[in-house]
Amino acid sequence: MTDIPLTDTARKEEARERLLKKRYARERRLRFFGMAAIASALLFLLFLFATIFYQGWGAFFQTQIRLEVTLDPARIDPQGTRTSDSLVRGDYGGAIKKALKQRFGKIRKRRERRQLYQLIGSAGADTLRRLVMAEPDLVGQKVTVWLPASDDVDQYFKGYVDPDLKEDERRLSDRQIAWVEELRRDGAIRKVFNTTFFTSGDSREPEQAGILGAVLGSFYTLLVTLAISFPLGVMAAVYLEEFAPKNRISDIIEVNINNLAAVPSIVFGLLGLAIFLDLFGLPRSAPLVGGLVLALMTLPTIIISSRAALKAVPPSIREAALGIGASRVQVVTHHVLPLALPGMMTGTIIGLAQALGETAPLLMIGMVAFIVDLPGGIMDPATVLPVQIYLWADSPERAFVEKTSAAIMVLLAFLIVMNLLAVLLRRKFERRW
Amino acid sequence: MSDFLPVILVLLLGALAYRWGVGKALAWRGQKDTGGALHSLPGYYGIYAALWCALPALLLLLIWRFAEGPVLFHYLSALVEGRLAGLDDGARQALIGDIRRLAHGEGVLQADHPVILAAIAGYERISSVVMAALLVVLTAACALGTALAMRRLSPRLRARNAVEKALMALLMASATVAILTTIGIVLSLLGESLRFFAKVPVSDFLFGLSWSPQTAIRADQVGSSGSFGAVPLFAGTFMISLIAMAVAVPVGLMSAIYMAEYASPRFRDIVKPLLEILAGIPTVVYGFFAALTVAPLLRDGGALLGFSVASESALAAGMVMGIMLIPFISSLSDDVITAVPRSLREGAYGLGATKYEAITQVVLPAALPGVAGSILLAVSRAIGETMIVVMAAGLSANLTANPFEAMTTVTVQIVTLLIGDQEFDSAKTLAAFALGLVLFVMTLILNIAALMIIRKYREKYD
Repeated sequence: MTDIPLTDTARKEEARERLLKKRYARERRLRFFGMAAIASALLFLLFLFATIFYQGWGAFFQTQIRLEVTLDPARIDPQGTRTSDSLVRGDYGGAIKKALKQRFGKIRKRRERRQLYQLIGSAGADTLRRLVMAEPDLVGQKVTVWLPASDDVDQYFKGYVDPDLKEDERRLSDRQIAWVEELRRDGAIRKVFNTTFFTSGDSREPEQAGILGAVLGSFYTLLVTLAISFPLGVMAAVYLEEFAPKNRISDIIEVNINNLAAVPSIVFGLLGLAIFLDLFGLPRSAPLVGGLVLALMTLPTIIISSRAALKAVPPSIREAALGIGASRVQVVTHHVLPLALPGMMTGTIIGLAQALGETAPLLMIGMVAFIVDLPGGIMDPATVLPVQIYLWADSPERAFVEKTSAAIMVLLAFLIVMNLLAVLLRRKFERRW
Repeated sequence: MSDFLPVILVLLLGALAYRWGVGKALAWRGQKDTGGALHSLPGYYGIYAALWCALPALLLLLIWRFAEGPVLFHYLSALVEGRLAGLDDGARQALIGDIRRLAHGEGVLQADHPVILAAIAGYERISSVVMAALLVVLTAACALGTALAMRRLSPRLRARNAVEKALMALLMASATVAILTTIGIVLSLLGESLRFFAKVPVSDFLFGLSWSPQTAIRADQVGSSGSFGAVPLFAGTFMISLIAMAVAVPVGLMSAIYMAEYASPRFRDIVKPLLEILAGIPTVVYGFFAALTVAPLLRDGGALLGFSVASESALAAGMVMGIMLIPFISSLSDDVITAVPRSLREGAYGLGATKYEAITQVVLPAALPGVAGSILLAVSRAIGETMIVVMAAGLSANLTANPFEAMTTVTVQIVTLLIGDQEFDSAKTLAAFALGLVLFVMTLILNIAALMIIRKYREKYD
């Protein structure tokens, strides 16, 4: 460098300045990229939640139409006995059709008449039947009732259908829209909180489909999972952490647990299909089998977190207990385990939250069946919340998109509650030694 | 549910034995001639007696349950011998299964053939006899066990040691469940795969270019062999994983660098859990989002730019999967970057490096093995991920390099092959297990590699 003439000092200085600027610019770029990466991930999260909330909010409401229905005894009570045996056979759909005809006047064309009847879905007849069965005295009277509108009317009334579309591109005809608008002017159509969604099982009709069946299925499945994986996981962790000799076998078990934690969930489904269903002959679609599969799947998570909780208990506790003459088992059961339990419970809740969101292995063991009845125990055929979401997401009706998003909101709410519980538990019992 | 009664009986008898053991120990404590000294606390004598009472009985119950099935089967076969003539083994078993279900009050009676009705009645009779016998045998076993315990029980008996030994056996058994699970996975996958490879040669499966198992639904159909060339599935899996990694690696790595090197502790505390929410969202939610929001967006966007993007495209599934994987890469990489010793950074600053230079030339190379490990783990997740691809990637096995087209993956095919009514032993069902085996082996290799890399790296700096 000595051969550079002195006159170049200024230029050299300038070059160094430029280089430095470039180096700092690079640094700023890196920083910007880092920020951008985090921001994009968070934005995506926001976008996901916002879309689901926007799409699903409507499902918590149900559109109802007010009708004056004449409960003609000949129609409603075919045997004329007013007993539930006879009332259950009544032609409620016919009564509703007649009421609709009275409401909107005579309609000549058969096609239009059919369109008129489509304003109220099959859920309307069920609602009316339930009403009459509860109060048989109503037969023969003219009653004013709010009946659930069909899913197409429901979607239109909630504003999801663009009336400017061409008639054949939407599910509601011009005539039907005119009727709905007429109802709206008369105040004979309203939106109320959708209790059906929370109190009934699955259905082919969107306006009658609910998540209670899936929620119960998830509950029974998780119950089985908890009953199996928590004791097994805790005992395995206690053995590995407190008693296992440091030898090859313990090493193998340890590597094996770490590997199991990363095996794809669908492989556990195949295991369940081959072992529990094929070999042991347990029933398909039962929460028992689902719970068993999920228990095996969450076991590694619970073992790993339970071991961490045991590790966090300081050796001085163990030594003090040993010092006053406790046996090694007593040290663990009387002193270490109670101190580590909150940490183990936190890990278990997180494992259960994972199990609650799991879908793929349950598809393998037949929990995808279309099941209307609410499950009453761990042997009844059932489906679970995530699988219900999967099933609804596959359905073509627009109204099921809304239902799917709402079911996702319910699932996420459960997950949030479980995770919050875990955080609270950790906060309350966390100890620094 | 028929196990309920015997189990309750055994537990009840066990509780009685416990009371008896404790009572005996307490009585000794009061006596002068033993010096009032017991080896263990009274409770241990109780548990000792209860274990002797209940454990052999429960074991017996287990054996009984396994032996009962075949015996009842033979009995029923004899009952319906007339109907069974001319039926093959499968139909025989189905008929007897039906009878059993009907006797338990499940299902609806369809054929009221007198032989069947008689068989149902006979089955009901014999099963109540069997249940009564079981209860008697269990009670006897409990009594015998308790009698043995009674002979052994004495103030000098090391009851605590014995109980602790039993507990230790239980703990050890729990720890081996994990191993049993792995063995179960390997055996079930391997067993069914071998049966599949007896029908379809391994080379056809691994190197065949055409995948259309749907033709092989029933054996009597024309062209029922189907074709099981899995290369299109491997290609689809590879393509979707590649797209996912193209999203997850840059974003995850950049986030990790920012978190580890630039962010204030407050920012970290808030943002890190937020990012981890991405990993906690159920995959079915991502699948729904990919299929109903991202895919239409891509299709419309593609149409605007003149591409044709299929409504179920590898791109949509891959992108959403990539987003799901961000936290996997960012948190693990964050950990390894933070674990790089300060001295390395300070050395770099001392030589006049800017922060950018210190990060890219010193910290990242030092953290590289850990970062590579986290990426491998994420790849293994991407390969095994099911719901997103099932809902968004499509079913047709296209062998294409165009990410805008629908592609299918190993996991999607496993699901489609096994959903719905299946005939066990058909090549179609068995193919799912062969695919599962491939999946298991692939992810196992990736996981072991990742764990080894991470472990080796940790040893270097800790």
